[in-house]
Amino acid sequence: MGSVLCFSWGWGNAFETVYFESRNEIDAQVIDLIDQKGRATVAESNVPAIELIGVSKSFGPVQANKDIDLVVGKGSIHGIIGENGAGKSTLMSILYGFYHADSGTIKIDDKTTTIPDSKSAIAQGIGMVHQHFMLVDPFTVLENVILGAEGGALLKDGVANARRELKRLADEYDMTIDPDAVVGELPVGLQQRVEILKALYRGADILILDEPTGVLTPSEADHLFRILRVLRDQGKTVLLITHKLREIMDVTDTVSVMRRGEMVASRKTAETSMEELAELMVGRSVLLEVDKPEVEVGKPLLKVEGLNVRDDRGVLRVKDVSFEVRAGEVLGIAGVSGNGQSELLAALSGITRAESGKMELSGEKLDLSEAHDAAEMRTKGMSHVPEDRHRMGLVNKFAEYENSILGYHREPKYSKGMFLNKDAIRKEAKERIEKYDIRPPTTEMTAAKFSGGNQQKIVLAREIECNPDVLLIGQPTRGVDIGAIEYIHNRIMDMRAQGKAVLLVSVELEEIRSLSDRIIVMFDGNVVGERGPEATEQDLGLLMAGVNQEAAE
Amino acid sequence: MSKGQLPRWVDYGVLPALNLLAAFIISGLVVVVIGEDPFEAVKWLVWGALGYGEGIGYTLYYATNFIFTGLAVAVAFHAGLFNIGGEGQAYVGGLGIALVCLAMDRFVPWWVTFPFAIIGGAVFGAAWAFIPGYLQAKRGSHIVITTIMFNFIASALMVYLLSNILIPQGTMSPSSRNFEAGGQLPLLRNVFTSFDFGQSPVNLAFFLALAVCVVVWLLIWHTKLGYEIRSFGANPDAAAYAGISPVRITVVTMLISGALAGLMGINVVMGEQTRLLLDFAGGAGFVGIAVALMGRGHPIGIILASMLFGLLYQGGAELAFEIPTISRDMIVVIQALVILFAGALEHMFRPAVVAFFDRFSSDTAEA
Repeated sequence: MGSVLCFSWGWGNAFETVYFESRNEIDAQVIDLIDQKGRATVAESNVPAIELIGVSKSFGPVQANKDIDLVVGKGSIHGIIGENGAGKSTLMSILYGFYHADSGTIKIDDKTTTIPDSKSAIAQGIGMVHQHFMLVDPFTVLENVILGAEGGALLKDGVANARRELKRLADEYDMTIDPDAVVGELPVGLQQRVEILKALYRGADILILDEPTGVLTPSEADHLFRILRVLRDQGKTVLLITHKLREIMDVTDTVSVMRRGEMVASRKTAETSMEELAELMVGRSVLLEVDKPEVEVGKPLLKVEGLNVRDDRGVLRVKDVSFEVRAGEVLGIAGVSGNGQSELLAALSGITRAESGKMELSGEKLDLSEAHDAAEMRTKGMSHVPEDRHRMGLVNKFAEYENSILGYHREPKYSKGMFLNKDAIRKEAKERIEKYDIRPPTTEMTAAKFSGGNQQKIVLAREIECNPDVLLIGQPTRGVDIGAIEYIHNRIMDMRAQGKAVLLVSVELEEIRSLSDRIIVMFDGNVVGERGPEATEQDLGLLMAGVNQEAAE
Repeated sequence: MSKGQLPRWVDYGVLPALNLLAAFIISGLVVVVIGEDPFEAVKWLVWGALGYGEGIGYTLYYATNFIFTGLAVAVAFHAGLFNIGGEGQAYVGGLGIALVCLAMDRFVPWWVTFPFAIIGGAVFGAAWAFIPGYLQAKRGSHIVITTIMFNFIASALMVYLLSNILIPQGTMSPSSRNFEAGGQLPLLRNVFTSFDFGQSPVNLAFFLALAVCVVVWLLIWHTKLGYEIRSFGANPDAAAYAGISPVRITVVTMLISGALAGLMGINVVMGEQTRLLLDFAGGAGFVGIAVALMGRGHPIGIILASMLFGLLYQGGAELAFEIPTISRDMIVVIQALVILFAGALEHMFRPAVVAFFDRFSSDTAEA
């Protein structure tokens, strides 16, 4: 009956109108789509590019997708938004052939189809740009693009063809790139462009982008959106999966909201608002503005003076940085990622050794050019929520309770002599799960299986519950859903209210501005300016881009 | 059960069994090719290893060696270190044991010598693993390369010591003198006289091996050090973040690994041979790699895998004796096939089994 629905739209056959009425919500959507667009691209083909009808998928007892209906108009940018664990990725994996739906119908260009594997997805014109790029770093752009589509045993012909084709694509979609550049040496924004070109080279008409801006700087993200608009105007269909409301508002034509495995709403972007979408995502009103009460600022708990940090390759990444963070204060460090923030955090937390620099931690003076380790810093009252919880903050294959003591495993309360006191560890882990509402509430599941937001809560609980004086926190809400973002922001504000010093590093300007009492901006390893939280986004943006440096000093 | 996950009993039971089955089928084909009856061969193999008391004794004796070397490899695995040097560490560990026995055997009973011999073997084995461990930790010299090289150095060193220093005057064979009673570990045939172990050399070291399994289990999963070892092995960045020193963990883990390998000499030098002789490790250090892989780094798995390889060693010898066309080299081929399937091709059947279970689990979810 699903197929009938679309036919009825295409030909308006009276006989089929019977079925048409029985699926009111869908046909309304289709009409919506077309009405709202009214663009040539849509008008010339009035079938949706993708249509999903009643798609369900469960993993054992967990229903990841429940009876999903989705219509994506051809030549549109359609956003899919939802909290982590809402089922967005599962749905896209079904579209790309990684998973098979338990039930339901998939239609591509009005034809009912099955997508048994990604090869078949590519053959049907679906291309996917993964969150984590699938690129071979030492290969050139050209080599990456033709990888798996070399066309013939001899590389030479394929390469020449590919070079022509790549040039054509780059011209057509305004994506200039040097085909002979080595991918590993390109900035992430360009690497992502290679991924998009890869998909287009394979003939993709439908492009799925999974959290594409997670790794991008704001200007790179803007550029990506420009490219997506060009793609749309050329008739391609773009599916954008994200949990960032702003992106949805900026770039999409239509948006669908997922919550707990269900498709809860579809809207025309022009007719909705961030507030409505946020509410749909979490099922309740979300306070996007953080409540920031007046707190009496005390003495400095963290002072850093003349910090210089060199990375493994001998490049000076942090240059003569000095600042202080006082009790009851959140100091935000803004900056495009890769401008020394990571190295700064690593040096302060004792993970790497600085070239030079002094630190005063709760009154105790430390020379950062000497060897310290992260355990020592913790005992001195500094805890650290790292920027990348997968790489650093968690051991993914450890159980939740084992992760709940990472870095604190030597504390007497967790041990009996040389042994770990697992009963005590589990008991405390359970308490924290309750307090931080970590879901699912189990101490035994491996960290890898928790959603991003819950993983972050595990880290946050560990680093806050040890009652530090100073909290270093990097990208606290990266890859975290809205409900958890609000929760995490409130915890940070609690730390501030308790008179702790918080050093917040984030690439999300909005986050920095809403949480910080003072903001310093890093560019190329230098602190290029300090502002109050009332600073405008443009002002900070200029500092982050390294322009106006003189004016800032 | 989420996708790609297998129940533990499948991961630890069905998959190794499938690998083993594949190895035996290929081995059976090889036996057919040389014109013998594979079922007859299996019969002799199993009977030779388990059919009578002496066979069982030998099987346990070999298994004891593999438990020690398997544990050594497994502990290093948990820290993400591939210790290929179990052979050399066991060999040098035997030197430590022999020196203790040679020094004490004439003055004290065996049970006084025993703990000192354990210390001697562990210290010498650990010392031999320390250098590669230190080089890895401090200089980044790859531990696979250095431990392999140290096997050769150990071999050369022992040839020199045995033929020039430890050799008793007036003998031609490169081995130490025989230990007196104070340096001899009791054989099980003398301890459990009610069971007929025949002339097999299985000795008290077997129980030491089982005890060491418990110690390793406690170490890896229940101590702070084990937690650090596993953290470092699973995610070195997270370990650095947690303040776990990579240098310390690498060195300490290699010391423990070397010590475990070094204990193997208790079984051979103090238990069977009651003297130190050339090449007594006999490849057990390398079998330990397969044992650790097949046993998934867990002491229980290592015991089971060691028993299997003990069975192959003993049953294989019996088979070569009973069916002369199946030579000693054929037995090595069969063992190699088991190592190949259980070790190198460990994950060959996994995708199929995962697919099977995914279908199975989604069926039950729908029902």
